[in-house]
Amino acid sequence: MKYTALLSGSAAALVFAAPLAWAADASDPITIPTHNWSSQIVMSHIVGRMFEELGNNVEYVSSDSQTVYESIRLGDVALEVEVWEGAFGAAFRAAVEKGGIHDAATQQAVTREDWWYPLWTKEACPGLPDWKALNDCAAKFATPETGDKGRFLGGPVDWLKHDAEKVEALGMNFTVVNAGSAAALWAELAAAEKDKKPIVLFNWTPNFAEAVWPGEFVEFPAWQDGCDKDPAVGPMPDKVYDCGNPANGYLKIAAWDGMKEKWPTAYGVLTKVTFTNAQIAEMAKLVDVDGMEPEDAAGTWMEANEAVWKPWLQ
Amino acid sequence: MMGPGIITKQAGAGGARRMTTSPAALIAAFALALVAFKPMLPAGLIRLPEGMVVPFADWINAVFDFLRDDLGMTQLTRWVASGVEAALDVTANLLYGRNRWPHLGAIPWVVIALTVGMAGYVLRGWKLAALTGGTFVWIAVMGQWKWAMETLSVIVVATPISVALGLGLGILGWRHGWFEKLLNPVLNVAQSLPHFAYMIPVVVFVGVGPKSGAIVTIIFSVPPMIRMTMLGLRRVSPEIIESGLMSGANRLQLMTRVRLPAARTEILVGINQVIMQSLAMVVLASFIGMPGLGQKLLQLLQALKIGLSFEIGVTIVLLAIALDRLSKAWSLHQPDHPEPSAGWARRNRMFLWWIGLVIGGFLLAHVIPYFHVVERGQALSLASPIDAAVNALIDLVKPLTEWLRWFLITWLLIPLRNGMLWLPYSAVLLALAAIGWRIGGLRSAVICLAFFVPIALSGWWDRAMITIYTICTAVALALLVGVPLGIWAARNQGRATRMLLLCDTFQTFPSFIYLIPVIMLFGVNDVAVVAAVIVFATVPLVRYTVEGLQGVPPETVEAAQMSGATSRQILWSVRMPLALPTFMIGLNQSVMFALFMVIIAAFIGTQDLGQEMQRALSSTDVGKGLVLGFAVAFIGLMVDHLLMRWSATRKAMLSL
Repeated sequence: MKYTALLSGSAAALVFAAPLAWAADASDPITIPTHNWSSQIVMSHIVGRMFEELGNNVEYVSSDSQTVYESIRLGDVALEVEVWEGAFGAAFRAAVEKGGIHDAATQQAVTREDWWYPLWTKEACPGLPDWKALNDCAAKFATPETGDKGRFLGGPVDWLKHDAEKVEALGMNFTVVNAGSAAALWAELAAAEKDKKPIVLFNWTPNFAEAVWPGEFVEFPAWQDGCDKDPAVGPMPDKVYDCGNPANGYLKIAAWDGMKEKWPTAYGVLTKVTFTNAQIAEMAKLVDVDGMEPEDAAGTWMEANEAVWKPWLQ
Repeated sequence: MMGPGIITKQAGAGGARRMTTSPAALIAAFALALVAFKPMLPAGLIRLPEGMVVPFADWINAVFDFLRDDLGMTQLTRWVASGVEAALDVTANLLYGRNRWPHLGAIPWVVIALTVGMAGYVLRGWKLAALTGGTFVWIAVMGQWKWAMETLSVIVVATPISVALGLGLGILGWRHGWFEKLLNPVLNVAQSLPHFAYMIPVVVFVGVGPKSGAIVTIIFSVPPMIRMTMLGLRRVSPEIIESGLMSGANRLQLMTRVRLPAARTEILVGINQVIMQSLAMVVLASFIGMPGLGQKLLQLLQALKIGLSFEIGVTIVLLAIALDRLSKAWSLHQPDHPEPSAGWARRNRMFLWWIGLVIGGFLLAHVIPYFHVVERGQALSLASPIDAAVNALIDLVKPLTEWLRWFLITWLLIPLRNGMLWLPYSAVLLALAAIGWRIGGLRSAVICLAFFVPIALSGWWDRAMITIYTICTAVALALLVGVPLGIWAARNQGRATRMLLLCDTFQTFPSFIYLIPVIMLFGVNDVAVVAAVIVFATVPLVRYTVEGLQGVPPETVEAAQMSGATSRQILWSVRMPLALPTFMIGLNQSVMFALFMVIIAAFIGTQDLGQEMQRALSSTDVGKGLVLGFAVAFIGLMVDHLLMRWSATRKAMLSL
């Protein structure tokens, strides 16, 4: 703590010494929310340290990943570095409509969320990743609660993934069982790994799980615009959701409307921030596989990748 | 509590046996008829028609919108919250060096460990000193200091506020009958409302962050303090008051110098409860921004790091036990009055010792940085052996659980669940009224309906039925485990003490951690949910069985022995019946615990009220969250009413 105080102190001195190109940022701390997955925490700390380099005070607060948009709107926290199209798009759009929050930047990284299996599943079902092949070996995925149908382990219901609609539209021999949290998904996956049981579940990228359990997404009929609304779009003429999820969803950065006036310099930097899938996976790996603390992982990543983030501060 | 279907039959049979037409039997017969003729019933009696669903959630939201937007309540709540925040800043600076006033930086861990160890020694002796000091040494050595201090920085602020608030409201309630009448139902609901339900309004009115964590903790921990204050003040004997009056005390003096000190024991039990409840909130409050152990725990579980999260769980349990024993020792510790003639140094010997130790601690920390902060690289970890142990255990029992999962799903859970959902709501309501009448006459029947009709009207009937099905199954299975365990443990004193310690541990161990092994064993399904609930619901059953059996007067047992009863006869005909009222409190608690846990089990994956509650929290829907919360609270309050009523009648019969 002493160190950061020193750091921000000296950085502040630098800012005062330098000719003031921008209006000065307010001295109130910029509050950055962190959630319960590692890449988001590491990325928040990286962005926070960049702000500290500019001479700003930064604070981190843990919060729920859905309620955070309400907090940004009210100005309780300043920004959100990982707005996933699939997972948080709805909450983000709803908050934008209410006002007080806006889309500050879109990262290079693309996000994908869909049915996924670990590689050992291929032994039981060699035709994968094709969805028809998956459907043909549905019985291999049967559990006591799904009877003779295969089980697809979906994410929490509030992620609104329309898996049941997809099963219905494509006439698949599967039943969707929703897990209540991401941790529940990993627990099932870890249990399946013990005896290499075939399993198909909801997963996404970028994600630490890729590093722990190599696997692939199921290839559904490709997403086309309107597949979720217009029955004519997609292979089944009379069904909606007869397609996979978009393979390149956005990853945005959201900011509080007041941030621009209150911390113009920091805001200017924030709009330039953009990470790639590989960089985000690396951040997650430092914590989830190498066992670092997120704060330390942020430092390590920044030391190794100065060429990436230094230009954003210019 | 059993399934209404089963109870209907029992009530019906009872009525037939006595061949009287008691109202209970009559209502039960009606309920049975509704079940039997379900195919012929109009749809409106099977499920409440859509048009009759009352939009409670919209009403609540309208009220909240009015409070927030038109009355500007947010300004008031945020002003209060900023006061709390100022206090949090001070503790945050002192405990983990957050850059805030008074800018003194973190106190070295050695100093804090020495201080709490010293407190243990003064209050009880070496054993307690080892427990309290040892807890803080463990935290430091395991590299969890910063997280634990983040947690404590909130608890240290929340607890005194809770205590003060509880004392104030308790005194008001004791002094004014009308206020107590107002307070009691509020406290009943508050204590059975799931945590998530009141976290949503806090997010709206206060926001997220440590201050919200503190406020949620205060709301959750204040009710027992209010109750214990009222109880304590009521118990003060009139002689003490009289002697106070005779010494010429005025009203204020009478309260602060006479009544409150005389009610000391109850008030300190209240403080103890406040501390326990605060620690129980550590993990849940991190959903709305409480920093520290809880937040770290959720983050580790998200990456499936069982070993590391287990270490944090141990810390939370140790903290809870250390603070519990410390506050209990304080409540039993009689203030000693040394001879005034002794010198100042002699009278304040312990204080001087403490000053010496603190100075020593600061010096030590100054010379050897390890005693100031244990850096991450220096910390010990038991994570890999714990992970290995959990894995070995899972491998060991997996073949058994695979079979158990199949058996329970196919033969017990799915049929039961389908049965519950098949029942017409009208029949369930009538059956509940019948049970109420049987136990407590017309009044209880009306109370049962008053709790359950709103659930039907809210439109969440099916979800509520699934919650009830989970709880019934879990509590029934918990009875099979808990009661024999309790009887076994009560057979000798040492075993009983160890069992009660185990109960404490399970009660304070963060439930999120064992959700993971449970999923690994049973998969995402109702078996996992029921199993997780059983773990929690068994605790009070064991505890109160042990306490009930141990509370049986030894003279009674002796009398039975002298009349030649075998030990089996003594257990079943003498001790069990006498322990029954205490045991019923345990059953009641078990249902309450199950209700709390079933909401948490939404993180495994359920289709009940808990799942909807989780959704309400993530969309900050105050109205929906509160309606669901009240539904859960009403289920609990109805069970509470029935069991307590039954137990009171029973007690009167035994003339205890």
